[in-house]
Parts: sequence; C-alpha cells; structure tokens
Amino acid sequence: MHIAVILRLNPVLTDELELTEGGKDIDREWIGFELNPMDDQALEQSVLLKEAHGAKVTAIAAEAEGGERLLRTALARGVDDVLLISNKKDDDAPPPSSRARTPLLVEAIKQVKPDLVITGILSTDDLYGELAPQLAACLNWPQASAVSDVRLDGMVLTVRQEYAGGMAALIEMDLPAVIGLQTAASPPRYVAGSKLRDLLNTKVPEMEASAEFAEDLSEATTLNLPDTSGGAEMIEGDAKSVAARIHEILMERGLV
Amino acid sequence: MRALIFVEHSNGVVSENAFEMLLLAKSIGAECHGLICTGDAGAAQALGTQLTGFDAVSAVADPTVGHYNPEAVLIALKAAVETQAPDVVMTSYSTAGVDLAAGLAVRSERPMLGYVTDLELNSGGLSATSQVYGGKLTAKTDLPLPAVTTVMPGARKAGSLSGAAPAVTMLKPDLSGARTRVREIITPDNSSGVNLGNADMIFCVGRALGGTEKLPLAEALAAALKAELAGSRPVIDAGWLPKIRQVGKSGTKVKPKLYLMAGVSGAPEHLEGMESSELIIAINSDEQAPIFRKAHYGTACDMFQLIPALTERLNSGNS
Ligand SMILES: Cc1cc2nc3c(=O)[nH]c(=O)nc-3n(C[C@H](O)[C@H](O)[C@H](O)COP(=O)(O)OP(=O)(O)OC[C@H]3O[C@@H](n4cnc5c(N)ncnc54)[C@H](O)[C@@H]3O)c2cc1C
Ligand SMILES: Nc1ncnc2c1ncn2[C@@H]1O[C@H](COP(=O)(O)O)[C@@H](O)[C@H]1O
Repeated sequence: MHIAVILRLNPVLTDELELTEGGKDIDREWIGFELNPMDDQALEQSVLLKEAHGAKVTAIAAEAEGGERLLRTALARGVDDVLLISNKKDDDAPPPSSRARTPLLVEAIKQVKPDLVITGILSTDDLYGELAPQLAACLNWPQASAVSDVRLDGMVLTVRQEYAGGMAALIEMDLPAVIGLQTAASPPRYVAGSKLRDLLNTKVPEMEASAEFAEDLSEATTLNLPDTSGGAEMIEGDAKSVAARIHEILMERGLV
Repeated sequence: MRALIFVEHSNGVVSENAFEMLLLAKSIGAECHGLICTGDAGAAQALGTQLTGFDAVSAVADPTVGHYNPEAVLIALKAAVETQAPDVVMTSYSTAGVDLAAGLAVRSERPMLGYVTDLELNSGGLSATSQVYGGKLTAKTDLPLPAVTTVMPGARKAGSLSGAAPAVTMLKPDLSGARTRVREIITPDNSSGVNLGNADMIFCVGRALGGTEKLPLAEALAAALKAELAGSRPVIDAGWLPKIRQVGKSGTKVKPKLYLMAGVSGAPEHLEGMESSELIIAINSDEQAPIFRKAHYGTACDMFQLIPALTERLNSGNS
C-alpha cells in the first residue's frame, strides 16, 4: 500500500491581510505561511494509516518557496519519502491556484504511483476549485471530500463522509482513489523542534514537471477588502471595562 | 442563459439551498433547470413537485444514487450537462457541491468558481462575487461561460417562486461504472442530552483557546451565563470538546437569544451555523476578523483577559 499526501502552504489568516496594487493578490511580504490546516489533517491521517497497515507514505508539494521546509516537517511527522515539484512561476505572479497546479501534481502522482492520494478538503486561498476532486477527475479515480475517518481493507477503502447537520455516511471505494480530508482520526501529533533540526540538512528530492500550469481565472479576478460599515459596534477599553459594558448590554436585554 | 441547478434533498425534502440558487439564477434572467438524483421514480416525482419556480426538472432515479454517492452522482450530473448544455452549472457549497463542481469542471473542460455569493450579467458572461481567505476577502471575477460554480448557502434568501412545478423528465445515464458504494448512513448521536439547537444562550470558543488547559476558564464563563458551551470545528477536531458541541456547516445550526464567542474568526462555514442568532457578541484580537461584519457587538480585547473579567463581573453582578 502506497499513499501520497499532498501538502500546501497557506497564509496565516490571523495576520492582517493587505492587497497588492491592483488587487491581484495579497501582499505576501510580511505575512506568515503555514501548512494548510486541512492538509495537516491529511498528513496525520496518512501517517495513521501507515502505522495501522504498514503503508508507505510519500508527501508531495509544489511550492515555489518554503516547500523544502514543509516536506522536512512531513518527514519529522513520519512520512517515508518526499517529493518537491519545482515550480518555476515568474516572481511577480501570484502563486498558482490548485487548478493551475493540478497538471503538475497529476504528473507527480503518475510518477509516484500511489494507491491512495490524500489531501486537505480545501485551501482558503483557492477560488478555482478544490484539489481532490480535480485530481480524481484527471486521474479518472473515485473521490470523496469532507472525509473524517479512513479505513483500509486490502484494496477497498472505507471513508466517513460528513454532511450538514451532523449527518454522515460510510462510503466504500475501490482503490486507487483520492480523498479530500476534513479531519484525521486523531489530532495532528506534536513533533519536537530537535527532530526538525536533525532534518535540517536532509536533501529534498525535486522533480521537474514537463506539464504546464493549467489556466485558471486569476487574470479575471480582483481581490477586495470587504466593506466593514454596518458591522459590529466595537467596545474599546481594558478587559475590566469591556466586561462591564458587555454585562450592561446583557442586563438591558434581560439576558442575565 | 440557462442554469442547471443540482438539487439536494434530505428525508424526502428539497434542501433550502436549491431555492437560494434558483433565486440567484433568476436574478441573472436564467432559465432554470433542476437535476434530482434519487433512488426511485416515485421519490423523484415527489421531490419534483416541490420545485415550484423551476422551468424544467430532470431526474436520475437509480438505487446507486438512493443516497448521495459522489462518483455516481458526478456521472449523472455530467450526463445532464451534456444533454442540457447549461451556460452555468450551480451546486451549493455543500459536501456534494465540493465533490461535484470541481470534478465536473475538469471533466467538462469548463472554468470553475467557488464560494459564490452573487452573480451579475456583464458583457462577456457573468461577473461573480466570491468569498475567499476564510471570509476575510471578497473576489470579483469575470466568469466566461459556460462555467461551473459553487454557491454559498445564504447567497439569496430562500423563498419559493409561485407557479406550478414542472413535469419531471427522467434521465438514464449508465451508472454501472461507479467504483463507489454507500455502505451505511450515520445520524448524529444525541444520547448526551446536549441540544445546542434549542439553547437560549451559547458561549462558543474557537481555535484560539489553544488547548484543554484553558477549558476551565471557558466553562466558568458558560456557567456564570447559564449558557451552553460550544466550539468551532477546530476545537472539536482537536478533541477539546465533543462533536455534539460543534456549531456550523458540519455541526449544529443554532439560533439562540445570545451567541457570545471568543477566539472564533467567523469563517463562512461557522457563520452558516449561527448567523441568525438574536444577539452576537464577538471577542477577537484581530480587528479584521470576518466575525465583526456579522456580530452586533465586538471587542478586540484578549480573550484570556476578558473571559475571567466577564466571569467575575457576572458572578458578582448576579449575586
Ligand atoms: C466542508 C467544511 C465544513 C466546515 N464546517 C465547520 C463547522 O461546522 N463549524 C466551524 O466552526 N467550522 C467549520 N469549518 C472550518 C472553517 O472553515 C474554519 O476553519 C473554522 O471555523 C475556523 O475556526 P476558528 O474560528 O475557531 O479558528 P481560526 O480561524 O483559526 O480563528 C481563531 C481566531 O481567534 C483569534 N484570536 C487569537 N488569539 C486570540 C486571543 N488571545 N483573544 C481573542 N481572539 C484571539 C484570531 O484572531 C482568529 O480570528 C468547515 C470547513 C469546511 C471546509
Ligand atoms: N440522491 C441524492 N443526491 C444528492 N444529494 C443527496 C441525495 N441523497 C441525499 N443527499 C444529500 O446527502 C446528505 C445526507 O442525506 P440523507 O441521508 O438523505 O439525509 C444531505 O445533504 C442530502 O441533501
């Protein structure tokens, strides 16, 4: 059993977002980037399957910057192999969307030849389609997104797919297949900084994809900071005075 | 302009999102076709009669799609797109919509746009507004047609249009190639007695809580307020609170008199579960957090200072 897990970097959304001139992208100069939290779940689920079934796990990334560190983290978390797809976009262009990156990832998957591909259900910076269903469509494999439990039995995969209102279903798929993971069976494990430092000089294998980025709508899209007028009435002050004001609001409404 | 709307349903009732998409499609003057996938012809007819306001309805009635099956429903949707050649395909931003839209877009070589909150006609096709970056930014896109979209729940207020429901036309795509089978339907476990849906007062904590060490602080405030404690999805995923206490798209939808929240950013998937609360008070140290566009009152005060201060205030004020 061979599992490929696809990892992406996402901007840290608690940082203040600013736009570049013309609004084609967010200003990436000062904000932090982190492993997409849903890919983090995908990474954990892959390693859990490795531990339960002796599967081999290969982590794949296609980042222009930070990809090596991302993949070293994956090694520290327990994957067996990593592969960085070199991503030669020109410097000023926004990072390619999942739609744009899909052909390169498909090429890498065909090279790695996994039985199962796992990635996060979505990436918050991606307007042009979630990755898992796109990969599945290109590979002509079955796919399920919003998955919160994954079980393997030979070449049959059973996933728990979640719907609105706490409903779910157990869905069985023949491998090879792709899943868009929402939540791993247990929370992502902690890795010690020392373990990461040990891997600092590990060479990360790279592949040059021959595929080109696919077209997306990035040229036709402009980002905007939403209008905040009409939003919340903000309560200023220190904790004590804010607490007093909230108490007052609750009393006025007869809630306390 | 023709729109094909993928109609979801649960327990024999068409989901609200089908009517939200209908109103959105009508607002751009589209002729609206609905597609129903269900287990048998009787169920298809019964669902079809609910689709007043649609101009045409087709259905795939096959045991393979008796419950939503991601692979088989994609085959059915693609077949409907091939026969009806819609300019725009709409699915809700739901589990099914996530599965189907991007897959259909690749298979039918159409562009795809997610998280759509509004559509307008423009010269070349459509101008679409979407929500990105967890609701922190909006995007405006010139969407060339034909295209595929996922539409945010609540993009339009659901309301049915008058008129008769159109007759249901049956489609019979070949679903035999699907390698996906639905084994079991799981309903939420309500045995704990927690029912956020009925609660009058809710205090919800988000990812910023950081761990179970801080849970007693939150529990003390919930107790002082006599509120139910709830969490955003990351709080549940991390195991800090049980699943029954999750509010949002994949948790419980709530409508309390008070929804107090701390360390929750207000991502669209969270808002979907709580935005109709009567009074929303949000504590979030990031002044840009999207929750401040929905909350009635907000403060950028640090939650770890404010939660104990408010608990103390309530306890002394209530005694
Ligand atoms: C298909 C699908 C279904 C989903 N269903 C749900 C669902 O049902 N419910 C749900 O909640 N989410 C759901 N999500 C996840 C959703 O997209 C968000 O990831 C999630 O709501 C974010 O949770 P959060 O606000 O707690 O965390 P974050 O977005 O990380 O926000 C934490 C917030 O805390 C603030 N903060 C940090 N420190 C402090 C401090 N000291 N004091 C005050 N504030 C602080 C930060 O500014 C930040 O805004 C779903 C996602 C998908 C893809
Ligand atoms: N045949 C179907 N086609 C599409 N969606 C469906 C179908 N059956 C159920 N659903 C959706 O799947 C989820 C769970 O459905 P149920 O188990 O019927 O409550 C809900 O979101 C339904 O809208």
